[in-house]
Amino acid sequence: MILGRVAGTVVATQKDERLEGFKLLIVQAVEPDGRLKDSFLVAVDTMGAGNGELVLVVSGSSARMVEGCSDRPVDAAIAGIVDDIDLLPSEGG
Amino acid sequence: MLLAKVVGTVVATVKDPGLLGQKLLVIQPLTPSGEPNGSRLVALDAVGVGVSERVFYVRGKEASFSFLPDHVPADAGIVGKVDSIDEGRS
Amino acid sequence: MILGRVTGSVVATAKHYKLEGCKLLLVQPIGPQGDARGVPMLAVDGVDAGEGDRVLVVQEGKCASMVSGRADSPLDAAIVAVVDAVELE
Repeated sequence: MILGRVAGTVVATQKDERLEGFKLLIVQAVEPDGRLKDSFLVAVDTMGAGNGELVLVVSGSSARMVEGCSDRPVDAAIAGIVDDIDLLPSEGG
Repeated sequence: MLLAKVVGTVVATVKDPGLLGQKLLVIQPLTPSGEPNGSRLVALDAVGVGVSERVFYVRGKEASFSFLPDHVPADAGIVGKVDSIDEGRS
Repeated sequence: MILGRVTGSVVATAKHYKLEGCKLLLVQPIGPQGDARGVPMLAVDGVDAGEGDRVLVVQEGKCASMVSGRADSPLDAAIVAVVDAVELE
C-alpha cells in the first residue's frame, strides 16, 4: 500500500459500466513523513475520503479485494483514511 | 503495452522447462516516434516476429497468459507486430 | 488508474489471437494538470475513446482482460473511462 493525499476528483460520464457509481479521486503520493511526491494516481473511493485527507491506497490486483471492488476493472482503491503516522525519529518522526 | 524493435535473438540451452521451445528475442523499447526508450530486454515471442521488426509487448505476469495452458515463466512477451501507427492530430 | 491522453491508434495484423478485434490506442500518461509524464503506451479501449480524449487507464492484466471481454488475455493496460473534468482542490 502507498500513502497518499487526496488532491482532487475525476469526473467521467463515458466509462466502463462496472465503474458506475464509484467516486474517482486524484491521489498524490506522499512519504511517510508527509513530504509530497511528484507522483499521482486515480483511485476509487468507497470510504468517503475528502480533499486533503491522508489515505491508504492499495494497488494492483489487490485493489479488487477492497469491499465493493471485486469483478470491476480497478487497479487502485482507497482502503483507509489515515488518522496518524508515528515514525522513528531517525525516519523523520 | 509498449512499442519496441526486435534487435536480436537469444540462444540458451540450459533453461527452465517452461521455456523449452520458446523464442527469446532482444528488444529495444521505443517511443512512438521511434526513439529508443530505456534499456534493452529479453521478451518471449507469442506472435512469430523477426529481427528488425517493430512490435508491441506486454509486461508483467500477463506476458505468460499468451502461452496458457502452458506455464511459461515470462515477464515480457511480444503480442503484436505493428503495421502502422496513426497519430493524426497530435 | 492513471490519467492519459489518447495520441493515436496502432494497426497490427499479426497479433496474439486473444487481441483480435481489440482497439489498441496509444496513450500518453499525463499529470492532473495535463503535463506529459513518461512514454506513451498501448492500451485496449473499452469505452470508445478517441484521439485527443483525456482518459483513465488501468494498468493490471485482469482489468484489461475484463475490458477486452476475453479471460487471460495478454494485455496489461486498458482504457476504462473518458475524463470530462479533473477538479483539483
